[in-house]
Amino acid sequence: MVQYARTRLDASFAALSDTTRRGVLEQLGRADASITDLAERFDMTLTGMKKHVGVLEQAGLVTTEKVGRVRTCKFGPRRLEEETAWLERFRQLWDSRFDELDKVVDELKRKEKFNGHKKRK
Amino acid sequence: MDTRRESEPTPVKNRTMVERTSEREFVVTRTFNAPARLVFEAWTKPELMKRWWVPKSIGMSLLSCEMDVRVGGSYRLVFGQDASQTMAFFGKYIEVTPHSRLVWTNEEGDGGEAVTTVTFEEKGGKTLLVLRERHPSKEAVDEAIGFGEGLRETFEQLDELLATDGGKGLTWGS
Repeated sequence: MVQYARTRLDASFAALSDTTRRGVLEQLGRADASITDLAERFDMTLTGMKKHVGVLEQAGLVTTEKVGRVRTCKFGPRRLEEETAWLERFRQLWDSRFDELDKVVDELKRKEKFNGHKKRK
Repeated sequence: MDTRRESEPTPVKNRTMVERTSEREFVVTRTFNAPARLVFEAWTKPELMKRWWVPKSIGMSLLSCEMDVRVGGSYRLVFGQDASQTMAFFGKYIEVTPHSRLVWTNEEGDGGEAVTTVTFEEKGGKTLLVLRERHPSKEAVDEAIGFGEGLRETFEQLDELLATDGGKGLTWGS
């Protein structure tokens, strides 16, 4: 969990270390934009802008969505999806713990039966 | 088959439910097909706890497990992929009520103590286990989920920027 948060933090710092990317973020904060719009505005090639947006997206700072032939970029992570995904990982961790715990408890139950309920008060 | 149900329950796997009940709290619920005293025993004896707390599927193993299960007693569980990369989970027990309730603090986080409360409620030979994990702040939860400090600050700053700029505001999620 902690490790995941760290990686995430590193990614966002790396993403913000670049002036163009900070500019893109600011721009997207005002309005959604396509990669083409952004490339024009920042006087850059499409390929170059795609790379920047890719870095921002990986850091969870930006989300992109392709509609037809246009990829639209939006400011902000898919927060809700992220939280749901995290909650599911959290559930899976407990679920696998509890599967193991079932085995331990079953064994205790069998032992107790075998001992003729001696342990019971 | 239905007629057997009462005396001999079909061994269906019990479901683990997880819910975020507030900004700071998560609740995990699960039923066990055993009396509370046995489930409680598995939570309070290190040699038993060791066998289930770090499931094999997460790719780590428990390297050591010390538990002094009494009010004020400490626990320390160390796990990792190998001895060079380890993580510790530690804190103190603040409530120990045999077969029904366990409360401990968890102190490895930076932002204060988290408190975990586990209750064991027996009904008809089965035990309903409810675990509440209460974090010190919403920030601590964000950190755990991966919305770390840096990220949040960035968004707050940008939020301000937009507010002063007459921006449209931001929509989170959908």
